[in-house]
Amino acid sequence: MTRHYSALSVLKEGLNGQKGWAQAWRSPSLADRYDVVIIGGGGQGLATAYYLAKTHGVKRIAVIERGWLGGGNTGRNTTAIRSNYYYPESTELYDLSLRLYETLGKELNYNIMLSQRGMMQIVSSPAEMEMAARQVNAMQVNGVEAELLSRAEVQRRVPIYNYAPDARYPVYGAIYQARAGVARHDAVAWGYARAADSLGVDILQQCEVQGFIVEAGRCVGVQTSKGEIRAERVGMVVAGSSGVMAEKAGFRLPITSYTLQACVSEPVKPIFDTVLVSPMTGTYVSQSDKGEMVIGGGLDRVPSYGQRGNLPQLETVLSGLLEMFPIFRQLRLLRQWGGTVDVTPDSSPIFGESPLPGLFINGGWGTGGFKAIPAGGTLFAHILATGGHHPISRPFDLNRFRTGHLLDEAAGAGIAH
Amino acid sequence: MQLFTCPFCGPRPETEFHFGGDADNDRPGAEASDASWTDYLFFRHNRKGPAREIWMHLSCREAFLMERDTVTHTVTATLALGGEA
Repeated sequence: MTRHYSALSVLKEGLNGQKGWAQAWRSPSLADRYDVVIIGGGGQGLATAYYLAKTHGVKRIAVIERGWLGGGNTGRNTTAIRSNYYYPESTELYDLSLRLYETLGKELNYNIMLSQRGMMQIVSSPAEMEMAARQVNAMQVNGVEAELLSRAEVQRRVPIYNYAPDARYPVYGAIYQARAGVARHDAVAWGYARAADSLGVDILQQCEVQGFIVEAGRCVGVQTSKGEIRAERVGMVVAGSSGVMAEKAGFRLPITSYTLQACVSEPVKPIFDTVLVSPMTGTYVSQSDKGEMVIGGGLDRVPSYGQRGNLPQLETVLSGLLEMFPIFRQLRLLRQWGGTVDVTPDSSPIFGESPLPGLFINGGWGTGGFKAIPAGGTLFAHILATGGHHPISRPFDLNRFRTGHLLDEAAGAGIAH
Repeated sequence: MQLFTCPFCGPRPETEFHFGGDADNDRPGAEASDASWTDYLFFRHNRKGPAREIWMHLSCREAFLMERDTVTHTVTATLALGGEA
C-alpha cells in the first residue's frame, strides 16, 4: 500500500488505477484505558494528539469526536493565519503557530496549501494611522516583521478597493504582515489526523462524551456513548461545546458561546491576492484558490449554540464588503454558514488544568483558533504530558481572571477575535 | 430578523437589544472572597438549550429578564425585573 505522499507516488498510483492508496487513518475500537484521552477531534485536538506522540513519546492516546474530524470550527473558519498581535504574550503564542505552519506541510507529509499572501488591515483616519504605527512598532519590538503601508502603496497592491473621494471609510494606509496568509482548513485537520494515526493514536469519530469519571475529586476518565474509558489525564478541546462539557464536569468557565458566520461568493477569476480587513466595517475577505471570495466579519450579537448565524449580522458584513469593494456588487453569494465560538472576556485563549483536577482545558479561542492550531497543539501536548505549563501557555491560565492579569487583545491589537 | 418582546415596548427587532449576561448572577458584598468575586465578574453558565438571561432594550434603556433557547432561539418569556410592568 502507498502511504507516503509525493509526486512519485501520485505517478505510481496513477498508473496503478489509484488502487494502492492506504487509508489515511484507521477506525479503531477503543481500549478501556489510555495515558491521555483528548475530547474533541478538531484541529486543536488532533494537533495535541500528534505532538503528544511525536514530541513527548506518549504511547497510549485517544481522540474522541462526537461528529466528524474537523467538522466544528476547524471546517467553518475563513482560514486566515496571522500573528499581528499587540502583547508580547500573544505574539509568542501566535507567531510560534505561524512558524510551525510554515513547515507543517513537510512535517505532516500533507499539502495544507499554505499561501503566505500577506494580510492588510486598512486604516481610515489620521488618528488611526498613529495607532497603526504603534501597532506596527509593537509587532517589530516583539520580533514579528510588519509594515505600515501608505495610501499609495495600498492602492498599488489592491487597486479594486474603494478609493472614491466620498468613501465612508477613506484609506489612509494599512498595517501589513507579509508572512500572514491562508491554508486549507480541512487539510490541517486531516494532515494532523493522518500523522497522529501513524504514530499509533486511536481516533474515534461519532463517539460522544456523556460525562466524566471522578474518583476522590479527580477526573480519571470519561463516560462515552461507546463505554467507559479511563485515562491518566483528560484534555477537553471542545470549542462550541465548552459550556456543555464544563457543566458535565461541574464547573463554569469565563466563556460565552456566540455564532460567527461566514460566506463565500461564486468563483471568479483571480482579482485579489491578499487577505484584507477593515476594522471600521468589521469585514474581512480573501480569494480562495477556487476563485470564491471568502467573507467574514464580527460575531452575531446574540449568544447562541445554533451554528447558523442571523440576518442582521450578515447584512452588516455584506454592506461592509460592498463599501470596501464596490466592484463586488455584481457577485452572487454561494453559501453562508455559522460556527459556535468561545468568547472570553479578554479575547485570549485559556490553557491549563480545569477546576476539576486531572481534566485540562484548551479553549476560549474566540474567532481565532484556526491560526493557532499548531501552537495550541504543541502547548497543550506539553501540558498534558507534564501536568504543568509551558512558558508560552502560562499567561493564558484560568487563574488570570482571579489575579487580574488579563491579556486584552481586543483592546490591544484592535482586532476582535 | 428576529423579534424580541420588550416587556415595556412590545415586539422589536433583535438589533435593538443588548445581551447583559446570566440572570441571577448577583453581585457579592464588599467582603466577598477573590474566588466569589472572580466568579461573579467572569464565569458564566453559558447553557446550551433553555437559558435565563438579562437583556437590555437599548431604545428604552430598560433591563429585563428573557428566557430563551440558545439553540433554537425560541423566546419563551420576557419579564420585567422585580415583577413590574
